[in-house]
Amino acid sequence: MASAAKQRRAQAGPGRFSQDERRRDSDHVSFLKHRRFRWLWIALGLSAAAIIGYALIDQEPRPNGGSWYGYTLGTIGLALIVWLSLLGVRKRRITPGAWSLKAWTSAHVYLGLALIVIGTLHTGFQIGWNVHTLAYVLMLLVIASGIYGVIAYATLPPALSANRREMTRAQMLEALGAIDRQLEAAAQPLGRAEADLVIAALGQDPFAGGPLARLTGRYPFCATARALKGLDQVGSADPGAAERVRALLEKRREQLAQIRGALRIRALLEIWLFVHVPLTIALLAALTAHVISVFYYW
Amino acid sequence: MYKVAIIGSGPAGISAAAHAAALGMSHVLLEKTDHLSDTIFKYQKGKHVMATPANLVLRSDIAFEAGKRETILGIWNRQLRVENPLVPRHEGPVSDFPVNVKFHAEVKAIRGTGDPIPGSVQQIVTRARDGSRSVKEIQRHAPPYAIELTNGEVVMAENVILAIGTQGNPNRLRCPGADLPHVQYQLDDPTEYVDEHIIVIGTGDAGIENARGLAEDPAQRNTVSILNRGTEFPTAKDANVKALLADHEAGKLTIRFESETKAIEPGWITLATRDGEVRIRCDRVIARIGSAPPRAFVEECGIEFTSEDRGAFPKLSPVFESTAPGIFVIGALAGYPLIKHCMNQGYDVIEFINGNTALKPADEPIIAAKFAGLPGKRSTEEWLEFLRANVSILNGMNPLQMREFMLDSEVRFFRAGEVIFERNAPGSSLFGIASGSVAVEVNPADPSITVPIGTGSIFGEVGLISGRRRGATIRAAEDTIVVEISRLAALKLQSQVPAAKKTIEQISIERQLLQMFGSGLTPEDVAPLVAAARVEEKRAGEVVIAEGAEDKDVFIIRRGSMIVEKQIGGRPVFLSYLPAGSYFGEMAAIDGSARTATVKAAIKSEVIRLPGEGFLALLDKRPALRERALKDMAARRATNAFIESRKDSFSSAVDLYSETAQFLVDNGIGEATDVLLINETLCIGCDNCERACADSHDGLSRLDREAGRTYAHLHVPTSCRHCEHPHCMADCPPNAIKRGPDGEVFIDETCIGCGNCQRNCPYGVIRMDAKPPKKPSLLQWMLFGKGPGPGEAPYAWRKKAAEKEGAQKAKQAIKCDMCSGIDGGPACVRACPTGAAIRVSPDKFLTFTKLTEDVE
Repeated sequence: MASAAKQRRAQAGPGRFSQDERRRDSDHVSFLKHRRFRWLWIALGLSAAAIIGYALIDQEPRPNGGSWYGYTLGTIGLALIVWLSLLGVRKRRITPGAWSLKAWTSAHVYLGLALIVIGTLHTGFQIGWNVHTLAYVLMLLVIASGIYGVIAYATLPPALSANRREMTRAQMLEALGAIDRQLEAAAQPLGRAEADLVIAALGQDPFAGGPLARLTGRYPFCATARALKGLDQVGSADPGAAERVRALLEKRREQLAQIRGALRIRALLEIWLFVHVPLTIALLAALTAHVISVFYYW
Repeated sequence: MYKVAIIGSGPAGISAAAHAAALGMSHVLLEKTDHLSDTIFKYQKGKHVMATPANLVLRSDIAFEAGKRETILGIWNRQLRVENPLVPRHEGPVSDFPVNVKFHAEVKAIRGTGDPIPGSVQQIVTRARDGSRSVKEIQRHAPPYAIELTNGEVVMAENVILAIGTQGNPNRLRCPGADLPHVQYQLDDPTEYVDEHIIVIGTGDAGIENARGLAEDPAQRNTVSILNRGTEFPTAKDANVKALLADHEAGKLTIRFESETKAIEPGWITLATRDGEVRIRCDRVIARIGSAPPRAFVEECGIEFTSEDRGAFPKLSPVFESTAPGIFVIGALAGYPLIKHCMNQGYDVIEFINGNTALKPADEPIIAAKFAGLPGKRSTEEWLEFLRANVSILNGMNPLQMREFMLDSEVRFFRAGEVIFERNAPGSSLFGIASGSVAVEVNPADPSITVPIGTGSIFGEVGLISGRRRGATIRAAEDTIVVEISRLAALKLQSQVPAAKKTIEQISIERQLLQMFGSGLTPEDVAPLVAAARVEEKRAGEVVIAEGAEDKDVFIIRRGSMIVEKQIGGRPVFLSYLPAGSYFGEMAAIDGSARTATVKAAIKSEVIRLPGEGFLALLDKRPALRERALKDMAARRATNAFIESRKDSFSSAVDLYSETAQFLVDNGIGEATDVLLINETLCIGCDNCERACADSHDGLSRLDREAGRTYAHLHVPTSCRHCEHPHCMADCPPNAIKRGPDGEVFIDETCIGCGNCQRNCPYGVIRMDAKPPKKPSLLQWMLFGKGPGPGEAPYAWRKKAAEKEGAQKAKQAIKCDMCSGIDGGPACVRACPTGAAIRVSPDKFLTFTKLTEDVE
């Protein structure tokens, strides 16, 4: 099958190289700046049109989701929400074709922001304790979490890169393992109390610590830090060995700091998805209820 | 006295021995180890051995089909009536032969015992490290041959078949005491030794693994030291080096840097170190200092090679006879690394020795098929002769070479006007015109301007030499038959036939000059320059032109690439990158000034040096050319001036540009054609690129995002760069690595999983793995949680799923194919949500604007 596709391309004639050549001449452009902010302009245009329409069109008896203009905005909003939620599928379905996930992300961000305008105008500013307002609030929450995501994506990657120092995650753990093996050998001459501190440090899972520790990067129960502190307090029978162990513990703490740094930044980059995605599903459910109830009680 | 002695019991050797036994010919099979087929014997347990090429018929008394190492060795042992407790006995019926095998028979020398053959003198050229050459002459003697073994025994034979492969023998130590019994070159079982002071020499993978094995268990109480000649570990795997350094730090063993052996005596060893000589305790020396190719031994037997090239093969007649009468060379040593070829040759050579000279090679149907669709009714022999006689560069080949050559080449027929290849199409093959002629469209803007190339000549040589895309569209001018010579066959041809190499070089220089400034030049115009041109090889980093120098020569980059640098404010500033096909040095020639910038090789390169006066004479003759040169020159000056002006106002931007460019060149971008670059100010580490890669290619990712070097947030991940001259292609037994229609370097399904390409790739982008079974669909995963989800499945899942389907598939080499044939292009780039990943070509990317532009 692949060779058939190859043959097809081979027969496509002139032009197939120019497409490749264009790609080879590309540059790093962020999803926000994609195609000179194409989707920002489209979103702004859409919002502006919605606002102008809202201001100019005389809606009787008052602006409302049930007027013809309200229905129009509602339909646009619903279509947008459904399409936006399909990003999760697009990301995972690597089908052939000239699509780019970056373009999708760009459109997702700007059209998602435009929903604030479209959704709000659709309500006609009629807020109450009902399923309609629930859908509206859920939408705003999804957008708010999305805004956090955009900020995280735009600002955190340099920190992630700097923290990595050309190491892969596996290499970071390997480096920790290597330090641990040295620590184990170096701690043999130590006394009972000191050895216990080292054993506790070695025994602690490098991933220990709850979500809070992960997000803040603070690990108050870090056994390595405690061992370093403890080593200062306990007088040692073999000062030379204690000094070697201290140096190794210091190295271990630095290595842990790198691993925890990576965990922290990645957690900050991902945490919002744990809000954004479930709320999107809740929003879709609320929307379904909203649409059905509107038509049922027409 | 035997009729035939066969040296080496690999596939070629056992096939020959079995056939000799079947014919009742008196024979002996000499094997230096205590088992058959040492190379295959040493494969890891359970390794799947492949049988390619699939279309080649096996002609041997010995059976062979793809399967596990144990099964194959088991059958061969039975067929040769050899018992070996280390190989599982094969049950089931086999046809066996009374083969006379002699184990522990390592051959030291082979010499003729007959009369001296008049005029038959073998010249052996040896080159010392300092570049000096010495020539040794050996008078050949007629058969029978005396085969001297290392244990002193002498075997006499009328004919000798050399089937020793290319494994060679381990390099020996050369210091005094190197022949003592406690000096060994192999370590079978590291747990065998206790309470010893052991010195391991050599820090390649073998040495490191031995040293670590000996020091592994403290209960053995060995004192292990490993000697490193320098301070680096250039030949070892990274993981091995790290583990060794960790063991050293933990005090398990000692690495002695900058140390060499001076002398060995019982119980002691003397080392030459940076701080003078050291004498230390030593009960055992294990030397792992690489192995020497068998060429020296083969030459000593009176067998001449086709050239001084390291990759050259012995000169052979159509019946595999070498320049020493009665000594035949077959198998990998003769240039046929595949098992099937080896076995067929073993059979054939015995037939030849038995007097059956009419035997057709087993690959006859493969070659016949290549001529099937051509006009004119000719037999295979006639076609081969037709090509050999008509294409000038093939004139020097013999029929055996022509056959081998045809296996890697194709013959094509084009009607008048048909396109043979297009401008900018990738391709590294060379074409020879056997009949008819072609027209080269030299001006892309106007296809009607063409230059003819006639019968006997060649075209496509620029793609072959530079590894870059085709420079012009070429059409058949009349009905034309061309032979398309694959890159590999072309390289072989050049090493076998020096005259062909010279012709190709000459033509390529002429064409490169003609192309240099577009159309308008004729071969007569450039003839004096072609005659005066010299091809020079440049090491990576070697300076071709030094800033401020007064020389006036002009250069064309033939292969490789160059970088241009200028000292600004006391520091070298990167000005530009010149790919193969560009010229440089013309400024000094034209305006007589000193060199304004330094040009040095980015990677190992070849340049054509043209004398400055000759170049000027050509410009004087052709005013249009001068105008064009001045225009090019002005553009280069403008770029340089722009960067220089920036240096004053934006010094840090220029520094960043210069350093980033240098970083990319250091990471091999200079030889890339298409490279994945990640901007880490955009990368959120989601690994969607890797998942997309796996999902587009049989469920295995060919890219490691995190691994690789980073500079100023520009990250070069571990992913294929599709080099101009791919290192991976260097030694692929089934020639499974090719350049595809989109310029991608890919591995096809004939891969035998030997791992050579993985070892040869300096960038570590090739992995060996078994193709996993299909995953449940995305929808099933999303709705019901079935399967491992998008991306590469974890190893455990793949293994379990493969077991469910039956046996796991054989491991094969896999690497990036640039998503060739997939609409939309590289999946890694398409699947990046933030725009961090792009695939670019270096000559487009290494520019000031791209490297200094901010991304937000």
